[in-house]
Amino acid sequence: MNKKDIILCRCEDVSLADVERLLHEGYHTYEEIKRQLRVGMGPCQGQICGDLIRREIARYLKENIESIPTHKTRPLTIGVKIKSIKDGADHER
Amino acid sequence: MNADVVIIGSGISGASIAYNLALRGLKNIVVIDKSYPTSGSTGRCGAGVRQQWGTKGNCIMAKHSIEFFETAQKTLDYHEDIEFKQEGYLILATTIEEEKEFAENILLQNSLNIPARQLTKEEALAIVPHLNPDAFISATFCPTDGHLNPFKMTDAYYQAAKKQGVLFRFFEEVTAIERYNGKIQAVITQCDRYDTSVVVNAAGGFAREIAEMVGVDLPVYPENHEILVTEPVAKMQGPMVMSFSKNIYCQQVPHGSFLMGRTTPGQPSNHDIGSSWQFLDEMAKTVCDILPKIGELRVIRQWGGSYAVSPDHQPIISSVKQQAGFYLACGFSGHGFMFAPMTGILLSEIMLDLPPTLDVSEYDLDRFTQNQKIVKEKSVV
Ligand SMILES: Cc1cc2nc3c(=O)[nH]c(=O)nc-3n(C[C@H](O)[C@H](O)[C@H](O)COP(=O)(O)OP(=O)(O)OC[C@H]3O[C@@H](n4cnc5c(N)ncnc54)[C@H](O)[C@@H]3O)c2cc1C
Repeated sequence: MNKKDIILCRCEDVSLADVERLLHEGYHTYEEIKRQLRVGMGPCQGQICGDLIRREIARYLKENIESIPTHKTRPLTIGVKIKSIKDGADHER
Repeated sequence: MNADVVIIGSGISGASIAYNLALRGLKNIVVIDKSYPTSGSTGRCGAGVRQQWGTKGNCIMAKHSIEFFETAQKTLDYHEDIEFKQEGYLILATTIEEEKEFAENILLQNSLNIPARQLTKEEALAIVPHLNPDAFISATFCPTDGHLNPFKMTDAYYQAAKKQGVLFRFFEEVTAIERYNGKIQAVITQCDRYDTSVVVNAAGGFAREIAEMVGVDLPVYPENHEILVTEPVAKMQGPMVMSFSKNIYCQQVPHGSFLMGRTTPGQPSNHDIGSSWQFLDEMAKTVCDILPKIGELRVIRQWGGSYAVSPDHQPIISSVKQQAGFYLACGFSGHGFMFAPMTGILLSEIMLDLPPTLDVSEYDLDRFTQNQKIVKEKSVV
């Protein structure tokens, strides 16, 4: 299958070919690749692409996947409407 | 190894300085960073660029830098889009006092050829129709202000500097600067030693610690500032909307997401860059007041980063009298991203003894030690 058709990040439509290109250019951590391709910045926050990309990094560097750092997880766990946050905060008072 | 100059910090400041030094013929430049590219404030910032400032020093830095951004992709021969969006900043006045202050700012800005102007409420609503008309009384607008992708812009400098032969070392932390008879001898990291007599401190929120390594007391204090991003939606807002009195900035980036931030009052000075629910609550309240429609969007992620604050909220781009060979590019507070083009140009001119493009006395470290009255920038969030 063409590597351009293998999608690693569904939120931002990033393919295996895109990730391999960056690996060749010298971007070897998830955090670096994220900042160039937006992987992990979409609504799923890296839930889908996180391990897939780590596996590609491991393969490229010929290391075990265990030794490849996972991406930084941040709040929120799931998308929440700003208005609901405001309503919640108002309700607390 | 040997280096003609070691730059500590590879945020946008360090990358721009490296590029500009190389462009002016300096060889053997090494840039050292303790983490990955844009891991500091640069990769955490709102990446807005504006010329609507209240001090001359900030206005000039911004104006010249924006002129650079306009052609940066070509100048730096970058293969990707830096996503420069030039649709202005709309700054809201919410009180009569603020409106008066803005009138003065506009006079200053216009005297420096910055095309900003005051707008009535109706004119502002014509530009951003989803503003709450009851949340402000008037506004100022500068159409050439805007936004860039901070990762791409920094990468553009990084790639251009690499092409000029600059060596970058990532994941290497500077732990000491060696001196002998008052002269800088070497920069020490956890895994290497760089023999050099010239060091640039572009360490952002850690600039104070780096200066301490050569016994210089630097008035630059890191402060956590939080920010969040929403899901991407179809384009609905051109300019950045900002209010100093209501404490908010909010912008839709070309990708479709909204970025918004505010200052948490009373932040202590430290290296915390965590996220808090208090920020989320206050941010939600503020944005729902000013831009109610945006309340319908989902927050995807929040994070924090350091403002490296100087006493007057203007940058320090300077040599250091008490330490030969030690140069500073720090104290950018909340606006070092947008100044980076000029930071690189000015500091490289200072270092190479070239005629300065701008009067750099405004940015000299000595302004804090000479007991002169400092003019503090008030137009900040
Ligand atoms: C939430 C937020 C929003 C912002 N919004 C804007 C905005 O809209 N517009 C704007 O212009 N600015 C904005 N800023 C400010 C802007 O981010 C900074 O002024 C700018 O990025 C500073 O760049 P820098 O290269 O000087 O510092 P940094 O990007 O912090 O880089 C410093 C580097 O030094 C490295 N370092 C530190 N200590 C050591 C050591 N001992 N050894 C090796 N390396 C070291 C760090 O790893 C880091 O990479 C914002 C900041 C924040 C936090």
